[in-house]
Amino acid sequence: MTEAEQFDLNINGEVYPVRADGAATLLNILREQLGLTGAKCGCNQGLCGACNVLIDGQAVRSCLVIAGTCIDREIETIEGLEKDGELSSVQQAFLDTGAVQCGFCIPGMVLSATALLRENPKAGVEEIRDAISGNLCRCSGYVKVVDAVCRVTKNQAYD
Amino acid sequence: MTEVLSTRGIGARIPRLEARGKLTGRTDYTDDIVLPNMLHGAILGSTYAHARILSYDTTAALEMPGVKAVITGDDYPDLPMGCMIKDERLLAKDKVRYVGQPVAAVAATDLETARKAARLIEVSYEPIPEVMTIDEAMAPGAPVIHEGLADYIKVFDAECNGNVLSHQVLSEGDVNSGWEKCDVIVDEVYDTQPQAHAYLEPCAAIAEVDDAGKVSIWSGHQSINRVQANVAEALGLSMSKVRALTPRVGGAFGGKMEATVQPIAAALAIKTGRAVKVALSRDDDFQMMRSRHGTRIQMSTGATRDGAILARSAKLFYDAGAYADDSAAVLGFGMLMARGPYNIPNVHVEGYCVYTNRLRASGFRGFGNPQVTFAGESQLDELAHKLEMDPIELRLKNVMKDGDKQFGGHTVEVCGLSECIENARDHSDWAIKRTEKTGSERRTGIGVSAFSHVCGLLSTGAIVRLAEDGSVVLSTGAVDYGQGSDTALAQICGEALQVDVGQVNFVAPDSDSSPYNWGTAASRTTYMVGRAVRDAATDVRQKILAAAEIMLETSAADLELVPGGKVQIVGSDVSVSFFDVSMFSLYGAGGPIIGQSTFMYDGEPFDPKRTVMSGFPFSNLGVYLFGAHVVEVEVDETTGKADVTRAWLAHDVGKSINPSAVEGQIQGGFAQGLGYALHEELVWDGGHLINPTFMDYKIPGVHEVPHELFPIIIENPEPSGPFGARGIGEPGLVGVAPAVANAVFNATDTRVRSLPLTSEKILTKIMPDQGKDNGK
Repeated sequence: MTEAEQFDLNINGEVYPVRADGAATLLNILREQLGLTGAKCGCNQGLCGACNVLIDGQAVRSCLVIAGTCIDREIETIEGLEKDGELSSVQQAFLDTGAVQCGFCIPGMVLSATALLRENPKAGVEEIRDAISGNLCRCSGYVKVVDAVCRVTKNQAYD
Repeated sequence: MTEVLSTRGIGARIPRLEARGKLTGRTDYTDDIVLPNMLHGAILGSTYAHARILSYDTTAALEMPGVKAVITGDDYPDLPMGCMIKDERLLAKDKVRYVGQPVAAVAATDLETARKAARLIEVSYEPIPEVMTIDEAMAPGAPVIHEGLADYIKVFDAECNGNVLSHQVLSEGDVNSGWEKCDVIVDEVYDTQPQAHAYLEPCAAIAEVDDAGKVSIWSGHQSINRVQANVAEALGLSMSKVRALTPRVGGAFGGKMEATVQPIAAALAIKTGRAVKVALSRDDDFQMMRSRHGTRIQMSTGATRDGAILARSAKLFYDAGAYADDSAAVLGFGMLMARGPYNIPNVHVEGYCVYTNRLRASGFRGFGNPQVTFAGESQLDELAHKLEMDPIELRLKNVMKDGDKQFGGHTVEVCGLSECIENARDHSDWAIKRTEKTGSERRTGIGVSAFSHVCGLLSTGAIVRLAEDGSVVLSTGAVDYGQGSDTALAQICGEALQVDVGQVNFVAPDSDSSPYNWGTAASRTTYMVGRAVRDAATDVRQKILAAAEIMLETSAADLELVPGGKVQIVGSDVSVSFFDVSMFSLYGAGGPIIGQSTFMYDGEPFDPKRTVMSGFPFSNLGVYLFGAHVVEVEVDETTGKADVTRAWLAHDVGKSINPSAVEGQIQGGFAQGLGYALHEELVWDGGHLINPTFMDYKIPGVHEVPHELFPIIIENPEPSGPFGARGIGEPGLVGVAPAVANAVFNATDTRVRSLPLTSEKILTKIMPDQGKDNGK
């Protein structure tokens, strides 16, 4: 294992100095060093998607990303989506559709959907299902989750 | 713009009270909480399925820098724990009985150190032959897993012997004379597999001890009162020294009802004097915690030529794994559901719940019912096939109706089952799809299941208070682990007091201050806690009216609550607000306004004159729930893979308090049932669970669950329920597997009687050279 080093991470538009060795994952740093606990540790093996964050706009599993590889990249976590007390359109749609149950998968799910809609604001049901196919949910049966994302694509221009 | 959503009352699609915090990431689950100076715990699991513990060597672990404590079973007195049979200990003592069973634990300054140190603990074992199946456990001369079983403390009149922890009999009518009148009898054996709860949040707990020796515990759980009881029992503490708190819970489904890691976290906190967090890794959670019972069910059902079902007999074998947990109740409930929702006059059911050296089994959404309903509803289809009768027609001919008796003698006052079946049939175009088949490589089929369940059980309470500003404080012991009960209970409270849910402060359950509630289980929160909330709010309403009577110098008979927290003189615009009432009661006369309600489920008991019962662990249960599922499948002829393409899910919920949450329960129950039906299975090689990860144990992802899941909400009000409501937590799962199996039969003319319905099992049956064994 390499020695711990200090470096900066750009998260939700802010610069965070962190200290990490070569084995520390982005998920470790977010949760344990920065207190950004919105990303959840559901399996720590890259299988459940509960730890998803956006790196340069792409949804990735933060438990599989070495923190040191994120220097000079734009990281977005669930904590960054709400702006001035306003939920993002995806968050609001999840709320209104009743797509949130236990909530443990929800930050990852919302970020996967956000990445999709930024790239393809008119995504259809199958594209939405593909986009969240790496996010496991044990509560919802996914129907309301997909409906929530459809609500964004149909009811409003994606911002 | 978002649409305007109603914020008050029964039947409104109110967004969940806590959803916003979950969506912004601000909500805390246990593992998100960090206490000052907190240590991290790790648990060493047994590497043997069955062995005696000879000795421990903790030297190397204790010498690791950062390690603050190491504990083993030897460090603690012999304090038995368990909800029905007291067969467990804080940590294994003398013997281990499954691979993964907690044997020792470490507290250290960081998680990595704790986990490394745990692996440095050397335990010397003397292996004993392991008993991995029901057949092995019941074989003459089988190694005995719990030698002390006869002497264990039990909370019910258990008939136990050898590795059988519970033997039960339920019998009505005369099944032998019933067979004589039958023209057609089906006699088959059905197997079901252990299923992992696989809640997304692995089990975690944080414990901290104060200077008075009181332990506070934050954890993912289903009951503050069960956490408190289990920790107190495991460590020999008075409940006055144990406080259970409730952060948000990331799913549970039965797997967090009894102790998870709370007693071990508490033990480490007591030992070190510091806060300790124990958060399981996913593979530890798979191996250490719990599963659904694997079962073998022998069942026979007979009917006359015209489809009157006259007799059923069943032998149920439930694999409890290494410890009893609530297994005897799970078997008991399976026994009770073995007649299915049909009027069958002659029924004999015998059940055995058996210890093996597998992972401990426990309640899991459906509580013993999914297994027996898979057998029963598969068998109904087989009977219909023999009778050359439509499966829905056979069901409608025999279903219970209003006023009929359940197995056991309970009167079912309201039974919407026919309506459920008819709705699922009509919405799905059953008649057309049943016969119209595609000629392609993907064979299509449609199948049905009908089922009953129960909501109720045991005791609960609620306290409703007016705050000084007239807003409402609602305290219950009801843990919302994702189903939406916080919101539903706030709606019930709001309806009773005519205020918005935004005016109701739903208090997170805390054993220091919340009224007793047995737990979030048995589909009971809306029905049981909802009744207590309704009654406590009604109590507050009376007190508000009594104060307003004085304030407005009128009689209570002339007063009414009007929306928005006001009391008004009927037919006038003269009113006082709850704020005025609260100020008057606090500073004028009367004192604080506090309403309460507590009760134990008080419905009709079983009828011992009608039903012979032996070894049965319940005296009373709850009100009955009914539903019917119709599913469409496509089976790939080349691979045998079955895909469910659409499903119609009809449930009589009495009254839907929050339709959005009800739909979520129905769809989510279906998805979990679909995993159970098609692919989920815990697999052992010898004593070792070989698929303890999401890589090898696949829970349904979005591509495994059809988007076209249509909940059909039927509302025949339950007279005793809050505003007519019944539970909906579990039934959504109960009927899925048999509906899928029946649809696969319709598609392929082959019957698979073993869950999960894997491609391999289906393909083996549909291959032309296997045609002689096609279940016809």
